[in-house]
Amino acid sequence: MIGFGPGRRAVKDAAQEANLFRVRAAAGFLIIALCLMVLIGRYVWLQVLRHDEFSGRADENRIKLRPLPPSRGLIYDRNGVLLAENILDYRLELVPEQVGDVDATLQRLGQVIAISADDREQFETLRKVKRRFHNIPLRYALEESEVARFALERHRFPGVEVVPYLTRYYPQGADFAHVIGYVSRIDSEDRERMEDARYSATTHIGKTGIERHYENQLLGDVGYERVETNAEGRALRVLGRVPSKPGRHLRLSLDAKLQRATVAAFAGRAGAAVAIDPRNGEVLAMVSQPAFDPNLFVNGISRRDYAALLHGEQRPLYNRAVLGGYEPGSTIKPFIGFMGLRLGVRTATDTVWSSGEYRLPGQNAVWRDWKKGGHGRVDLREALAQSVNTYFYGLAVEVGIDRLEPEMRAFGFGAPTGLDLTGEPTGVLPSRSWKQQRLGKTWYPGETVIAGIGQGYWVVTPVQLAHALATLAAHGAAQQPHLLLSMQTGIDAPPEAIPALPPQPRIEAPDAVWDAVREGMEAVMHSPTGTARAFGVGAPYRIAGKSGTAQRARRRGNQEYNESTTPEHLRHQALFVAFAPAQAPTIAVAVVIEHGSSGSKAAAPVARAILDAHLLGAAREPAP
Amino acid sequence: MIDFDLMARLERGLARWLKRPRVDLALLAALLAVAATGLVVLYSASAEAPSQVLNQGLRLMLGFVVLFLFARIPPTVFRTWTPWFYGFTVLLLVAVQVFGEGRGAHRWLDLQVVRFQPSEFAKLALPMMVAWYLHDRPLQPSWRDLATCALILAIPAALIVKQPDLGTALLVAASGAFVIFLAGLSWLRILLLVASAVAVVPLWWQFIAHEYQRNRVRMFLNPEADPLGNGWNIIQSQIAVGSGGVSGKGWLGSTQARLDFLPEHTTDFIFAVFSEEFGLIGVVAIIVAYLFIIGRGLWIAAGARDTYSRLLAGSISMTFFVYVMVNGGMIAGLMPVVGVPMPLISYGGTSAVSLLAGFGILMSIHAHRLRGR
Repeated sequence: MIGFGPGRRAVKDAAQEANLFRVRAAAGFLIIALCLMVLIGRYVWLQVLRHDEFSGRADENRIKLRPLPPSRGLIYDRNGVLLAENILDYRLELVPEQVGDVDATLQRLGQVIAISADDREQFETLRKVKRRFHNIPLRYALEESEVARFALERHRFPGVEVVPYLTRYYPQGADFAHVIGYVSRIDSEDRERMEDARYSATTHIGKTGIERHYENQLLGDVGYERVETNAEGRALRVLGRVPSKPGRHLRLSLDAKLQRATVAAFAGRAGAAVAIDPRNGEVLAMVSQPAFDPNLFVNGISRRDYAALLHGEQRPLYNRAVLGGYEPGSTIKPFIGFMGLRLGVRTATDTVWSSGEYRLPGQNAVWRDWKKGGHGRVDLREALAQSVNTYFYGLAVEVGIDRLEPEMRAFGFGAPTGLDLTGEPTGVLPSRSWKQQRLGKTWYPGETVIAGIGQGYWVVTPVQLAHALATLAAHGAAQQPHLLLSMQTGIDAPPEAIPALPPQPRIEAPDAVWDAVREGMEAVMHSPTGTARAFGVGAPYRIAGKSGTAQRARRRGNQEYNESTTPEHLRHQALFVAFAPAQAPTIAVAVVIEHGSSGSKAAAPVARAILDAHLLGAAREPAP
Repeated sequence: MIDFDLMARLERGLARWLKRPRVDLALLAALLAVAATGLVVLYSASAEAPSQVLNQGLRLMLGFVVLFLFARIPPTVFRTWTPWFYGFTVLLLVAVQVFGEGRGAHRWLDLQVVRFQPSEFAKLALPMMVAWYLHDRPLQPSWRDLATCALILAIPAALIVKQPDLGTALLVAASGAFVIFLAGLSWLRILLLVASAVAVVPLWWQFIAHEYQRNRVRMFLNPEADPLGNGWNIIQSQIAVGSGGVSGKGWLGSTQARLDFLPEHTTDFIFAVFSEEFGLIGVVAIIVAYLFIIGRGLWIAAGARDTYSRLLAGSISMTFFVYVMVNGGMIAGLMPVVGVPMPLISYGGTSAVSLLAGFGILMSIHAHRLRGR
């Protein structure tokens, strides 16, 4: 024996030990074989009995559905001028699961690319609704320098990517801000009104204007890509795809040239203008001033800028053309005059004596003409030309408020016109029932008097006024005002028919009645006594117009109104309605200038500029 | 004609080796087959990285060189040097506690030239020492012998547990225990020992186990409790195995490994890749191969010349089973996650070399067996 210590016990039975070992080895082998059988059994259980389940889970692991955003439909004017398009931009996206410590990453990222508190808030909101391993946009519209800087630092930010995307761009800027509206990032309010599935790849939604009203048509259908991803969620290859379907292109009835001329005619003053083709109800121009640049909203406007726009003194976000409620003033007179003839209360040649003051029998209250001492004896034509209040005071009283209301309602006053923009208000058409309902008070006869000259409770929107005027111009053949002309699925696809517009009730009256009113309105522009004769001068076509001046500061008693000493916000609102050419009108326009002087002085030149631009094809600077 | 001479000499050499190879050709063939399979799987699991396969191939070659070298050393020499080797190993294990390095655990010794894990030595030193202690004593072992063996076993095992490396400690302890089992410890005593070991488990859980070890056990019992954290490995491994089905996804077809869902897919979890690509058919084939190696090893042990050789050879064979069972069980969710590699398949050099060194001793025992059996 070599090694440590001698064998203590000599008695060792080698053969017996070898035997013992053989038994133990056999037993050991048996146990091992049994254990390995159990192991194989476990593999059988996993690979045979639960194979389908695990197969599914392996595919679930590796195959992800990646939504493909549809490209939003483009918007054109009637002549194919692009009003809203999609341009390539870059945004920063982040996958929280890949990033790990999101807060620290955002901290570091902020040193490379500016990330505002607004961006972070949006990001956190999206993070709550997005599924695992989905990209969450963090910042939009990266500048080139930012893209370049990030490219250099990219290795420091796994899970953060700069991704190209199509973003909305409004090449016409502020000129169409209200009517086209804008798209902006989807917020929690939008989530309540939209189908989530359609927006799985879309980050923006139409917020206002056409963009909102035709959201469903513009959006398109989301596509999907089946991608194989690794455990980090990175896509390695595309296994299959269902392409997205682009949204439909819209062609609108608007005329970009006319729209621009209209904006120019406002020369920065607040107000609104709506031009409609009386033959078919197509809206040719729709302007609200002041406006704003809709492109600011697309990729996230800062909270401060937004607040400034929203609450600014002149409220540039407010679409006055559709939402603005104004007292129509004298612009209502053609309709009142028409009502008198249609109902047979007056004939066109019946005259009324204007003494400058109007009294109801047995009452002390006095309603005045705008001209001291009155206009003398006037028929309908002169009453319209000179805007003689007394004529219409008496007419309204003779007809009575109960007959006046349905006559006016036929022109669309007191109800939304049904224009394809969201949120149109009803306005106010004064009536007994309206007053009872809204104010809980009975109707006074004096209120009928002022209803005849468009004052009192009257509230109309520029769209309503333009629509009513178009109906008047079309001899009662009312047309549904609308903005959408046609839709297209692709640039090359044939235009799709739009759903039929609801037929409008026709106002029946003899042609002589329509002509008498029209002649009165022509006199406004072209007769020596017309209130707006200065603005009919030099027109190579005949214009039928009517001015209106809505009071802001109510005249009390005999106090004179002096424009130069009245602060701007208390000045009158100037209105003007006009259609042309008078005999065969192709355009009817309603203009409101807020805080202007009188309707004829402030609003008539704007209306004339619009008519010129449309009929002569040239923008004309408004007369001073 | 030098070339001819050289060829002739090589031919003669080969003929002589085949006639009296000093190694068991069947066992060698099985080991080579498994090792080759390992390289094939590694190529897929490493995402077709030739450098890793080459690296592992070189380590395996080193292992087989060690095997052939050991095969030429008579068992008596091993026996003679056993106590020294054991003592040296324990010293190294102590040294690793003092100077060791490694990620979170002190396992490695850096000798400038080579870095190695002394615990790999223990895998051989321990069964050798127990076999040495028992070889000249009458068998079956008495309580006294058992206590001495327990001490021999406990010192290195405790040092390895302390590193901490529970997987290796388990393998080392098992190799010692197998010697005692093969030495013929009475069944009653085995039963008592197993029963007391089971009784110790709660104590271990309460006082000794590291938090990460407790977590591993908790996760093994309910991996879905934390599917993205601690349960991830277990779940993804089972998905890999289960999705492989009967015939597998084919070589290079493992999506779980290629897409990085399966962690450690070249080392501890490589068998999941194998199961995914080759299916149940592959699993059964490889386990049968392992069983053949174990059986052949035990057969060689039974034919050994002396008690020391017999016990050592038997223990080496049975320890091989522990690797297979623990790793295979872990992959299939049958056992908690323990860092035990799949022998000759997992990527990693040290365990492959020490395993093949063990088989070298087995070959030596085979070469020096009693003739005429």
